[in-house]
Parts: sequence; C-alpha cells; structure tokens
Amino acid sequence: MSVDLQAGYDKVFDNVLRLRIMSILMVNESYDFTSFKELLQVTDGNLASHLRQLETAEYLQVAKSFAGRKPLTTYTATATGKKAFQEHLDFLGALIQKSKL
Amino acid sequence: MKKPEEELAEIKSMMERSTRFLSLSGLSGVLAGLYASAGTGIAWYWIYFPYSAWGNESFVLPFRELLYRILFLALAILVAAVASAFLLSRRKSIQKTEPFWNPASQRFSVSLFVPVLLGGLFSFSLLHEGAFQLIPACMLLFYGLGLSQAASFTLGEIKQLGWAQLALGVLAAFAPSFGLLCWAIGFGVLHIIYGTMMYYRHER
Repeated sequence: MSVDLQAGYDKVFDNVLRLRIMSILMVNESYDFTSFKELLQVTDGNLASHLRQLETAEYLQVAKSFAGRKPLTTYTATATGKKAFQEHLDFLGALIQKSKL
Repeated sequence: MKKPEEELAEIKSMMERSTRFLSLSGLSGVLAGLYASAGTGIAWYWIYFPYSAWGNESFVLPFRELLYRILFLALAILVAAVASAFLLSRRKSIQKTEPFWNPASQRFSVSLFVPVLLGGLFSFSLLHEGAFQLIPACMLLFYGLGLSQAASFTLGEIKQLGWAQLALGVLAAFAPSFGLLCWAIGFGVLHIIYGTMMYYRHER
C-alpha cells in the first residue's frame, strides 16, 4: 500500500455534521439553510457554526437573497470543497482496503 | 473517529435523503389503482355494455351525455388519486420525521407534473379534435414520461412503473381498440402491483 493515510486525513470532516453537510452539497447544486435544518434536525446555532467553519475552509460558498420578504441563504460547494471531499472518500476507501489485507 | 464503513454508509444515506423523495406512499398507489379500476369498469359499462351480446339495448347514452360523464369520471379519479397520494405521503413523512416539502420533493413534483399537465392539455386537444381513440395512449405515454423523469428523485420502483406505462402507451397508440383495456392495466393493475411492492418494501 503506497497510500499515505495520515496525509489523506482531513480534519474538517472529523465532525459528522460537517461531513453530512458536504455530502449533501456534493449531490445538490445548492442547498438552503432551512432545508439543511429540517433534513439534519439540528439547532440554528449548531448548524450556523459548522457552516461557518466550512466557509472559512473555503469548502463552500454562501449566497444571500430574498424569497419574498424572507431572507434565503443558500450554500454551494466550491471546487476546493469537492476536491477535498473526493480525497476524503479515497482516504476512507484506502482505510477499508487496508483493514481487509 | 467512526469506522470507515459506517462513515461511507452515512455519506450515502445523506446523499440519498437530500436528493430523493423517499416518503412516496405505496399505499396511495394501491388506492389510485383501485379508483382507476372502478372508473374504467364504469366507463366500460357506459360505452360498451349497450352493444354487448348480453347487454340490454334500451340503455344507449346520447353521445354528448356520454362524453361529459366520462370527462367528469376521469377528473374525479384524478382528484381522488392525487389527494390520496398527497395525504398518505405526508403522513408517511411525519411518521419517519423526514421533511415533506424540501428540494428533493420539489424536484420530484416538477419532473412528474410538467409532463403530466402537458399530457392532460394534449388529451383535451385530442378531445377537441374528436380523436378519442388516441386519448388512452396519450395519457399513458405522458404519464410514463413523467414517471421515468421523476424516478431519479424517488424510490427506484417508479422507474420500472414508468417504462411499463410507456410500453402500454405505445401498444394503445397502435391498437386503439384496446385503448380502454390498456388504460385499465396501466392506471389500475400496475398501480396496484407497484403500490403493493413499495408498501411491503418500504412501509413495514
């Protein structure tokens, strides 16, 4: 096995909520705050803090707009975020391979 | 950290739940099939019974009257089926504590109802032009297209159901004399079969 397991490990995906958020953004062009909250069943504060951490890591982009009078915040995965997620998947795959040997 | 297998399963489940409307009720499919079967039975009686070998010929409806009756019957079936699907799916989503109206169910609805509404409109144009024999084929084909589109955003069984409707639609287009029969199989029997399958696989 030539895969460097330590190098592939991404701290950002250490938290299950951040992992779930990125999983959703990988298969949806964009996703809004309320829909995240309903699907993930978490509080506003908790969700906002993890979204902010992903934004700081430049894994996602935020766009604010209005739907009628209500503010609508939508999130999109960046190229960096998608690449990091793919690498995390490869890392998990390598771990499974390794445990089978 | 969790085991990698669990983490991958977690990722897969999140991807599915955010893109697919999984609360679609199989039971409502069975109900829709029952409404459609009952409806075609009634329509068959109105259209063919007066002329059948054992029929009582005293009861032949005038053409206009027959047209209005069938139109009303079709609309009643449609309303009952859509209402059942809506109410039972909402109930299922509440039981599973899944969101009912989210990006996944919106995409599902748009991809199903755009072809279905256009098909409905086209059926009215066939009615208007007097091409009655093609209406069952038209309804089956547009419904089949809607289902196979919407299948990407819901339970997998819907894809097969869509293809089956399309096949019946083609059959009905080339053999219009079997139109009503194809309609009954497509909207009645297939709904009951697939609804039961979905019920046993996902709702128990």
